[in-house]
Amino acid sequence: MIELATFITLSTVTLVSAILVITRRNAVHSVIWLIVTLFAVGGIYLLQHAEFLFAVQIILYVGGIMVLFLFVVMLVDIDVALKQARFARQWQAGLLTTILLLGLLGYALYNHGLGLNLPARPMASAPAQNTQAVGMALYQSYLLPVEIASMLLLVAMVGAVIMAKRKME
Amino acid sequence: MIPTEYYLFLGSGLFAIGVVGVLTRRNVLIILMSIELILNAVNINLMALSQYFKSVDGQVFAIFVITDAAAEAAVGLGLIIALFRNKETVNADEIDLLKW
Repeated sequence: MIELATFITLSTVTLVSAILVITRRNAVHSVIWLIVTLFAVGGIYLLQHAEFLFAVQIILYVGGIMVLFLFVVMLVDIDVALKQARFARQWQAGLLTTILLLGLLGYALYNHGLGLNLPARPMASAPAQNTQAVGMALYQSYLLPVEIASMLLLVAMVGAVIMAKRKME
Repeated sequence: MIPTEYYLFLGSGLFAIGVVGVLTRRNVLIILMSIELILNAVNINLMALSQYFKSVDGQVFAIFVITDAAAEAAVGLGLIIALFRNKETVNADEIDLLKW
């Protein structure tokens, strides 16, 4: 019962702050609301006993990516953007398309019991130590993907430096 | 125990909000933030199904999605800085160099 109440609170916070992210005129306010959204999503991870993902969400998303966003938002000129129209000319079409998409997703999930035809829940109990289980999976069965992800991060870092550099001499 | 469907509904809602942001906003920075919302919706789904199947594979994939988000944010923000330096705008409607 209390679990359901926590879930409803967290998902309400997530959805409301996500709507605020895409409707605020000032990009700094959007970043702040996005941080609220990410915290609430982190709470949902905690509710599902995914403690490691919760820590990663807080440290990497809120602490790393969002600070980077705030940095760039402050760097580019926001006074001009404040005076311009918030939404693009085609906003009605975009909203209509998304409502159709949401209707389709909701219909598929609601009408067909899960729509995906999930097999019955396996009876095996979840690993007791979440962080240990994730670490084992990461460094045993997913060792090669981890290496590829590290290469991806290296390439992204070099790419970002080259992009933001003033001039190639 | 919360039904898995609830998480999937929450994921679809967050995904739809992110799509609205990408399609309707003019500020490139907020479009990037909407992409972060979409990635979080994907993560909620991965997490819910990971718990449903009592396996950590979904959580490992969520970690890869977060890695991807970090790389995407770094490159995207670098692109926005380069764009702002050259065109003095972050408005997506004014960036039409490739439109004919």
